[in-house]
Amino acid sequence: MNDAFDLRMGESHIEVHKFRAGAIIVATLLALVIQSWAPIHFAKAAVLDLPLLVTIYFGLSRRNPSTGLLLGMAIGLLQDSLSGPRVPLGLYGIAKTIIGYLASSIGARLDTEHPAARFALTAGFFVAHQGIIVITRRILLAQPEPWFNMRLAIAALVNGIVAVFLFLLLDRLRRPS
Amino acid sequence: MVAIPSRHKSLVLLAGVIVLQVLLLAVQIKRDSQGRLIRVWTVGAVSPFERAGSYGFGWVRDVWHHYFALQNTAKDNEQLRRQLDTLKLQNAQLQGKAAEADRLAVLLNFRQSHGDVPMITARVIGASAGTASLTIQLDRGERDGIRRDMGVITPDGVVGKVVESYANDSKVLLLTDKESGVGAKLADSGIQSPVGGQGEPLLVMKYVPNDDSVNLGERVITSGTDRIFPRDLPVGIVTEIKPGNPFKQIRVKPAADLERLEEVIVLLSLHPVDMKKAGEPSDAQSSAPGAVSPSPVVKR
Repeated sequence: MNDAFDLRMGESHIEVHKFRAGAIIVATLLALVIQSWAPIHFAKAAVLDLPLLVTIYFGLSRRNPSTGLLLGMAIGLLQDSLSGPRVPLGLYGIAKTIIGYLASSIGARLDTEHPAARFALTAGFFVAHQGIIVITRRILLAQPEPWFNMRLAIAALVNGIVAVFLFLLLDRLRRPS
Repeated sequence: MVAIPSRHKSLVLLAGVIVLQVLLLAVQIKRDSQGRLIRVWTVGAVSPFERAGSYGFGWVRDVWHHYFALQNTAKDNEQLRRQLDTLKLQNAQLQGKAAEADRLAVLLNFRQSHGDVPMITARVIGASAGTASLTIQLDRGERDGIRRDMGVITPDGVVGKVVESYANDSKVLLLTDKESGVGAKLADSGIQSPVGGQGEPLLVMKYVPNDDSVNLGERVITSGTDRIFPRDLPVGIVTEIKPGNPFKQIRVKPAADLERLEEVIVLLSLHPVDMKKAGEPSDAQSSAPGAVSPSPVVKR
């Protein structure tokens, strides 16, 4: 799984990236720590979902749906654990599992290295992630939750913009092929 | 056993993982359990990083605020100093108003407790221009019923008497003036003697024989013999006693703060009034008006 190889879909040529040892674990932990700590000092930082951005990035880069969904599940469950007793274990887990799977599947078919593609995909995944959480809350937990509001739209755009720069930073963790 | 095509393996894994998490959710809802063990582990693993991040961020923020982000400090300091000056001024004004309110409350209380005595409060609007006579000027005069020789007091004690009355203001000769005096007696021993001014802050009790016993700190009150002031108003306290020839030299500190008068009460009567105690029957003396005239000492 760690070996670099090429996926050839017709005429396209998409590279699977390998990362430095421990890069995924460190990036994941860092995202979780910052996510739980930053809003204390910067209230507006609460619109960011860094664990989701990390899930999307590694999903798009590794391009392996199984790896993507397992990584998404792990990150989601950790985020559930850190979100306090009001958030049941599995809420973010289910959402990030699906997003990890989708990101890996799309990453295997499209070139996702361009900043515009990264922005659009992240904003789309953010909305999808929120939609899954709303479905889970409404159907499984019987908790009323609005489907869409302006804050969600702004948060999707903000996360898309942040993702463009964050992904450039995470690109440095890649092993040279 | 049916073989799963490799391209569907990830879908099967996805379905399995989601089903597992749905079951996890269901278990939590059914048992009202929140997966405490997993949370404890996760929080325990992440909290050291959070703590380190918080300390690091605090250090960076302190360094930034205390060493780099100081370009507006001088301007802020100047602005804060200006605000402080303004607030000091406001504070002084408020303190003055509070003190005035306290004084007026005392005056009001005094007036209410002596409702049967005609009196009017007046504000001190001026003082004597020179040191030759110690007078103050009031903002009330003949239109308010003030006449010459009326007594002027504060709730603390005797102030003086009206020496000139104009239409809208009047002049009061303070008790400390050389020409001023009031019929008085020692509260404890009852020794009567006029008390007058010397042009100094302290008063003098003039005609007490050397044989009479007077104690330091003894209260001096009005005797009512001057026919201006009612009996038993505080005049002052004995602060110094020296033997003299033929009378003791007794100095009295005025009960009213004559150097800091702002509001006073003018007794609107030229007849002696009794302000001794509320409810006590009045034993007003003769109604003839008269100036303060030191009388020979009379021992009760």
